[in-house]
Amino acid sequence: MGLKILTEHINVPGIETLEVYRKHGGYRSVEKALKTMSPDEVVEEVKTSGLRGRGGAGFPTGMKWSFLAKPEGVPRYLVCNADESEPGTFKDRWFMEKNPHALIEGMITSSYALGANTSYIYIRGELLFVLRILEKAIAEAYAAGLLGKNILGSGYDLDLHVAPGGGAYICGEETALLESLEGKRGNPRNKPPFPAVKGLFACPTVVNNVETISSVPWIVNNGGAEYAKVGIGRSTGTKLISASGNINNPGVYEIELGVPVEEFIYSDEYLGGIWKGKQLKAVVPGGSSVPILPANLILKTAAGEDRLMTYESLADGGFVSGSMMGSGAFIVFDEDQCIVRNTWNYARFYHHESCGQCSPCREGTGWMEKVLHRIEYGHGHQQDIDLLVSVAKQIEGNTICPLGDAAAWPVAAAIRHFRDEFEWHIRHPKEATAPGAVYRGQLDTVTA
Amino acid sequence: MAKVTIDGIEIEVEDGTTILQAARKIGGDVVPPAMCFYTSLKGSGGKCRVCLVKVTQGSTRDPRPMPKLVASCITQVQDGMVVENTTNEDVLNARKGIVEMLLINHPLDCPICDQAGECSLQDLSYEHGISGQRFEEERRTFNKVDLGPYIQLHMTRCILCYRCVYTADQITEKRVHGVLGRGDAAEIGTYIENVIDNDFSGNVIDVCPVGALTDKTWRFKNRVWFTKPMDAHRDCPTCSGKVTLWTRGEEVLRVTARKDQYNEVEEFICNTCRFDKKEVKDWTIEGPRHIDRNSVISANHYELPVVNVPIVPNLPTSTKKNLPQE
Ligand SMILES: Cc1cc2nc3c(=O)[nH]c(=O)nc-3n(C[C@H](O)[C@H](O)[C@H](O)COP(=O)(O)O)c2cc1C
Ligand code: SF4
Ligand code: SF4
Ligand code: FES
Repeated sequence: MGLKILTEHINVPGIETLEVYRKHGGYRSVEKALKTMSPDEVVEEVKTSGLRGRGGAGFPTGMKWSFLAKPEGVPRYLVCNADESEPGTFKDRWFMEKNPHALIEGMITSSYALGANTSYIYIRGELLFVLRILEKAIAEAYAAGLLGKNILGSGYDLDLHVAPGGGAYICGEETALLESLEGKRGNPRNKPPFPAVKGLFACPTVVNNVETISSVPWIVNNGGAEYAKVGIGRSTGTKLISASGNINNPGVYEIELGVPVEEFIYSDEYLGGIWKGKQLKAVVPGGSSVPILPANLILKTAAGEDRLMTYESLADGGFVSGSMMGSGAFIVFDEDQCIVRNTWNYARFYHHESCGQCSPCREGTGWMEKVLHRIEYGHGHQQDIDLLVSVAKQIEGNTICPLGDAAAWPVAAAIRHFRDEFEWHIRHPKEATAPGAVYRGQLDTVTA
Repeated sequence: MAKVTIDGIEIEVEDGTTILQAARKIGGDVVPPAMCFYTSLKGSGGKCRVCLVKVTQGSTRDPRPMPKLVASCITQVQDGMVVENTTNEDVLNARKGIVEMLLINHPLDCPICDQAGECSLQDLSYEHGISGQRFEEERRTFNKVDLGPYIQLHMTRCILCYRCVYTADQITEKRVHGVLGRGDAAEIGTYIENVIDNDFSGNVIDVCPVGALTDKTWRFKNRVWFTKPMDAHRDCPTCSGKVTLWTRGEEVLRVTARKDQYNEVEEFICNTCRFDKKEVKDWTIEGPRHIDRNSVISANHYELPVVNVPIVPNLPTSTKKNLPQE
């Protein structure tokens, strides 16, 4: 069993109450930080820890915090991104639902470090029941003097609010989130200015993921250096993985970064192998936005080394033969899954979720979806595959926010690694559209 | 002041100037096209992406190139910046791709569109578009909506540049329309069939780069290239009263604000001037308006193939793009 930084007490009955949470060492970091450390010292510990953003991009948290502008007389904000809508990702919901005080403790300690006196948790609108759990926990924290004026007699004030989104994936993008939180339409902003300079209500703002913020108390309690000892290289600490698909034990796992992918999939401590003993076909290791990898490339890098659950190892090989850690949504496909259908499904999602602000994403996501739909339903043409590659390229890198890239990459990667399966769909529409039909390679010899 | 080089031409501009504005100072071919940016509208730009350019050197202090193409309308110049527009193949290719995106769901109903002849999308596709048609799906359509007695919304033609939204926000007293929905289902709307009625609401027609918002008092009266633009003014209590009249003989067919070579309004005008003063005697005529644009209105002729730009087999030789033809 690896070290559990986030989930050690998650199954303790009653941990969602302040009383039980405190009994298990909860809110120690608030006492320690507010009473014995300066805000800058907290930032330093987070820097030393090597903690990286768990929302998808993996940007070093300490560095992000140190970029926060601090003009005189202007409020600063910490905003927790709890919008979690990436297909395959369900760790934040699970974590907040079970252990709401852990996030609140992280919010207090982190807000103190950043000098924020008002902070927000922006939660996905569909998670109204989690919002209620958080609100209850926040009320407990206020009553215990952990929120509000003069927290624990330290002289530090903090108000914490929870705000629900309206049900749009794009509001997970940090600047769309800020727009939405301001009560506007959730369109991503043009950058610069970055939120660190001009964020919520045009004030300096840090946006961090639920898991990122919830990792801060442990770092404050045990020291950044101790955190940095866990993991490999620049992938320090532990990570929550939402595992789903054709595996024996789907669910959320806290792993020490560095576990070999093969062990993660097949050992009983983690996913317990492929469901019904079938063959592994492919894995999307970081949520629907990251490139899919075929079995051979997810288990070993192109150079033949074991692939590890770290930011670096999952990205090894770049877009040619690698993928990304993303939000840590590990989606497993067995031999019976159709890559074309799955790619269409993802494309449909991005088409539905594009905010429509910039032309390449607004028009391109719909176009890709339509072409993929055509292929999946047996009406594709041979030139459609190159058309998809070309449309994906027309979107990638040319948009306001990364949703455009997130829509383009999965399509490009699926074609890169499973081109024969797309060709098979186009050449053999009858076989491909038969109920339950899946490409297994054997029909590839037939040429049109 | 900052020195910036665009397509090999050096110019010195005020700090805070955008690449697009610096290019417009130089003028001519180095000016990137712009479909959503509008100088007088705060917050506009960054959306259509047709103005993308390559920054090959960030500044003298930090000469690294910018990793991605940037929207020239919202990217500020730095001292020593080097920019490539028409001299960079990646830029031309990306722009071609974006023009294609703008056209895939466009109805291409130019023959029956009031904007034909003065449409920025027509100009854009003429100059930067691709030949051939790769989109074979059904195009998105919306119903036509009357936004009150003066303005008609033909959403199917809209490119979601947001200019009309910023105009209503910044020029009129109260905005009653906006963008509803998202992605390619996003539409301009008033939510509950509201009437856009406000002294300055007619300006949304002028800022619209395409024929999505049109003047109902002018609808189907004539083709713009058969009308004569005249600068005129009147003593107006609400606005400057400086307009362009579009006349045929003694008839005033349409009144618009005066627009510059980038199709941007010089001074916004009120609805009385625009919709109610349709007689020559209402106005003091100053003289013919010179339309300094490369579109067909200034050429004063109109050739049929232009109406269906995407199926024109080859780019006209007059455009000096040096992309390999596929
Ligand atoms: C389309 C899109 C959706 C996103 N959704 C989320 C989300 O649901 N939760 C999240 O934490 N980050 C999401 N992000 C990433 C955020 O923009 C931002 O990088 C993150 O919240 C920063 O927090 P971190 O540094 O702690 O990772 C999304 C990004 C994009 C482009
Ligand atoms: S890339 Fe897509 S989601 Fe992002 S701003 Fe542009 S249209 Fe909106
Ligand atoms: S109606 Fe015209 S001005 Fe308004 S967003 Fe659409 S194209 Fe732009
Ligand atoms: S003009 Fe620059 S993005 Fe539209």
